[in-house]
Amino acid sequence: MLRYALARLGSLAISLVVASLVIFAVIEVIPGDPASYMLGLNASPETVAALREQLGLNGSVPVRYLAWVAGMVQGDFGTSYTYRVPVAELVAARLQVSLPLTLYALALSCAIAFPVGLIAAARRGRATDTAIMAGAQLGIAIPNFWFAMLLVLVFAIGLRWFPAGGFPGWGKGLWANLNALTLPAVALALPQAAILARVMRSALIETLGQDYIRTARAKGLSQREAVLRHALRNAMIPVLTILGLQFSFLLAGAIIIENVFFLPGLGRLIFQGITQRDLIVVESVVMLLVFAVIVVNFLVDLAYAAVDPRLRRRL
Amino acid sequence: MSWPVTLRLGLTLTAVFLAAALVSFVWTPQGVEALNIGAKLKPPGAEYWFGTDHFGRDVASMVMVGARTSIAVAILAVGIGIGAGVPLGLWAAARRGGWVDEVIMRGNDLIFAFPSLVIAILITAVFGPSATNAILAIGIFNIPVFARVTRGGAISLWTLDYIRAAQVAGKGRARISAEHILPNIANLLIVQGTIQFSLGILAEAGLSYVGLGAQPPTPSWGRMLAEAQTMVSFAPWLALFPGLAIVLTVLGLNLIGDGLRDLLDPRLRRAR
Amino acid sequence: MSLLSVEALLLSIQGTTILRDVSFAMRKGEVFGLVGESGSGKSMTALAIMGLAPAAATLGGRAMMAGQNLLELSETAMCALRGNEVGMIFQEPMTALNPVKTIGDQVAETLIVHGAANRAGAAKAARERLDRVGLHGDAFPLSRYPHELSGGQRQRVCIAMAVALRPKLLIADEPTTALDVTTQAQILDLLKGLVADEDMALMLITHDLAVVAGMADHVAVMQKGRIVEQGETGAVFRERTHDYTRRLFAASAHQPARRPIATAEPLLVADGVTREYRLPRRHLFGAHPRLTAVKAASFTLHRGESLGLVGESGCGKSTLTRAILGLDPIQGGAITLGGQQVTAPDVPPSLRARMQVVFQDPYGSFNPRHRVERLVAEPFHLAPAPVDERRERVALALGEVGLSPDDMGKYIHEFSGGQRQRIAIARALIVRPDLIVLDEAVSALDVRVRAQVLDLLAALQESHALSYLFISHDLSVVRAVTDRVLVMRAGEIVEEGATEAVFAAPRHSYTQSLIAAAPRIPAQWQDGG
Repeated sequence: MLRYALARLGSLAISLVVASLVIFAVIEVIPGDPASYMLGLNASPETVAALREQLGLNGSVPVRYLAWVAGMVQGDFGTSYTYRVPVAELVAARLQVSLPLTLYALALSCAIAFPVGLIAAARRGRATDTAIMAGAQLGIAIPNFWFAMLLVLVFAIGLRWFPAGGFPGWGKGLWANLNALTLPAVALALPQAAILARVMRSALIETLGQDYIRTARAKGLSQREAVLRHALRNAMIPVLTILGLQFSFLLAGAIIIENVFFLPGLGRLIFQGITQRDLIVVESVVMLLVFAVIVVNFLVDLAYAAVDPRLRRRL
Repeated sequence: MSWPVTLRLGLTLTAVFLAAALVSFVWTPQGVEALNIGAKLKPPGAEYWFGTDHFGRDVASMVMVGARTSIAVAILAVGIGIGAGVPLGLWAAARRGGWVDEVIMRGNDLIFAFPSLVIAILITAVFGPSATNAILAIGIFNIPVFARVTRGGAISLWTLDYIRAAQVAGKGRARISAEHILPNIANLLIVQGTIQFSLGILAEAGLSYVGLGAQPPTPSWGRMLAEAQTMVSFAPWLALFPGLAIVLTVLGLNLIGDGLRDLLDPRLRRAR
Repeated sequence: MSLLSVEALLLSIQGTTILRDVSFAMRKGEVFGLVGESGSGKSMTALAIMGLAPAAATLGGRAMMAGQNLLELSETAMCALRGNEVGMIFQEPMTALNPVKTIGDQVAETLIVHGAANRAGAAKAARERLDRVGLHGDAFPLSRYPHELSGGQRQRVCIAMAVALRPKLLIADEPTTALDVTTQAQILDLLKGLVADEDMALMLITHDLAVVAGMADHVAVMQKGRIVEQGETGAVFRERTHDYTRRLFAASAHQPARRPIATAEPLLVADGVTREYRLPRRHLFGAHPRLTAVKAASFTLHRGESLGLVGESGCGKSTLTRAILGLDPIQGGAITLGGQQVTAPDVPPSLRARMQVVFQDPYGSFNPRHRVERLVAEPFHLAPAPVDERRERVALALGEVGLSPDDMGKYIHEFSGGQRQRIAIARALIVRPDLIVLDEAVSALDVRVRAQVLDLLAALQESHALSYLFISHDLSVVRAVTDRVLVMRAGEIVEEGATEAVFAAPRHSYTQSLIAAAPRIPAQWQDGG
């Protein structure tokens, strides 16, 4: 188990290094001179030179890369060109919105998908199953930001149950914030729940056809007991894969959804960064997002090993 | 053999939108570029089927032209995915366990760490927003998807005796991949292709919604929704019709994917 | 008073009758054999009795046990009965156990679901049952997972699970078909011991007449969903009143008419062939450990000879075959065919054309998207021929294997297993090779079809002056069709000699144990009919 974890950790480190190289190359090498790109065409040579100095752009490319990575490891993401504050501070403030939103949506998605997938698998081929699968088919087809707009129209503007947007800040108490995040989380979670429920159902149906389920039935387990004791854990293996992927979709989705609800999260930060050509902010936030996805994949790998003893020996 | 109901429904829906996109080249109910402030924010009716926006443009016409953008972006993105992913997947499977396989699969994992939105953000930050960027971003994300599906399907075929028979007949890996592997995973690829097509339409809508995709004046469903957002409380039709267009197109493609899977599933076929 | 009495059992699925008028009775403590070819309905009979037939099945008749008709019991009552009164084990031990649960948990579960013990008591009982089936605590703690065990060991776990509550009846559905011959003998011994010790009745379902002959007190022969003959085992075997039983017997003891055409000219020579594999690294930066799958194997196959290669799974015979066919490089020694060295992977086409192969699996041997003409013509890649001539030769080859030239336009799914093996033989013949490697080529076929294919191979050998390398785990088949035989174990050839001599007087202890383990029909039962 330890060897497996170490091997996964090694591959996590390699992924992070390569990902950071790619991001660095796209942001700092491909544009030629990031400073003049950020300042636009009308900037005077002196201003450009000053920014180059400030951004440390005068070193060679490898030196700049190493300095960037060394800074990040110490929590220093550079200083935003437009906000004039350390990027780390900006990101930390925005993460307080984006991360809870993503996790809230992930929890909702699982809470909806697991029972629904289980019921559909248990009632395979019957009316309940058909109805659930038709609903899931529709859920997958709905763009989350459009769904968010409909939710606002009905539950915020129409029924006034939830705020239409904005975020009070964690100082204002848990309840107000959860309330503000509920519609965005539902909008994010529902399409993902539809996908997850389908995976759950097909994984369960696949496992139910396995020989060991027949063995369990021959031991005297009822179909229900066989599902709960034997099929569920085996079906978790493909479900975990999708859960890992969902995290990155939810993270990306959160960036889009924040626009609908005017939430001050990473999404807003990154789009402002793009329009204001603040490459330092874009670079840092992208690195952070990719870091999150890679770490989640690592955790999924560990979860595989916890579920499946066959993996624990293998490298 | 009769076609599954899902497949027929999916084909019908998709055909409707393909037809709308094609017809829009020669005819739309109203011009999409003509501003007509006098007819602004008209609700759906006989003259303006889906209503008009704040510039008086006809929503129905814009939805038709927007279908062009969505479909073009998604098709090209699937093309990138298949064009690069399938050969890589075949190559990795033919060299299973070797360093080529290792490098390709690690590369795949790496791309998976960059959701297409993040790729779009990176590209846009440096080159500015455009439909081409959306195609590239979605297409790059499609590469590992197709590479994995191809490799997975190909690896299970490589263990079969007919591959060994072909080797005994002196055929090389490349030839076997083209002659024996590819035709037998075509089903998988067609199904995956329709799924990625539908995901591409969703992704394109999301990207243009946040301003990373097609730029004005090219109409696109995502941007129509972005523009509708501030007016949704008094002109809900502006958000309703482009959204429905996305839902129905994606639904149609997914139904085709599911239907094809049922139709082409070798396990079902053997039982015939 | 019978333990189980099945009366006029009928089973149909969506209008297709699978079982009709199946009647038999089993007594306490006896072994009842149910034999028949694949698709004869033997497994379905067992599943119907267990109440595990597919949901779409319609049942009729009765299956009486302790005054109750099992076919009419409620699902709850059947759950209470399964694993408690009746245990069952299946053919494929590799997939019969849940991969994510320990063997201890899985055996203990039988006791727990029936409320026979608490957790601690069930674990203790599981330990005791695993000991009983030969998996002792020092080597097989309860915390082992199925993937850490071999096929035979897994089948023992399944048996421990099935007999954990000492059921009155154990149903074993082809329990040894997926196992090697020596493992099969051990499992059969174990089952026999359990029947004697625990006064349990055993329903043994198998396609193998020899297995039944050594095990069963009574036997029933099934064909196409009905029992055609049943009675005391010795009587059924000796008398064979039903025509089908007779044909089944004749086929299983079939000896193709062969006229030896072996010469003294060496055709295929393996000289000290060694084949190593690289295993995954143990440490991230360590060297790859190596596994030697074939150790310095040497033998000569003469022109016109039929040479057998026998051994159990994992002994290296498949690896050696791949090396001979020039598919994998070898790490030591040399392989020559007709004096020319085989150097993988770049074997010259003219050399490849001199040897062809027929594989085991009649379903996986052909690209389902090509027509028979293209399938059979594939080896022309090695020896190009004009299109007209190709067609002619494909037609000729199909004729030689007993098919019609009209079959050229068909796809492979239109053929039965036996026909597919004929097409595989036609494909091997098409470039007129000197040597055909038969890699378990008849192992997947039912006995009667197997007998026909063996006859065909014998006839072709004579008419085309072919040499065969006949690889099989089945000793009786090798004995029937080869001139000389090699016995392989753990990567080494341990014995070599004329087939009859080796079988009559094996010298190596491993060969002796293999031959002793092979089930056979007693000689005094064989001369009847």
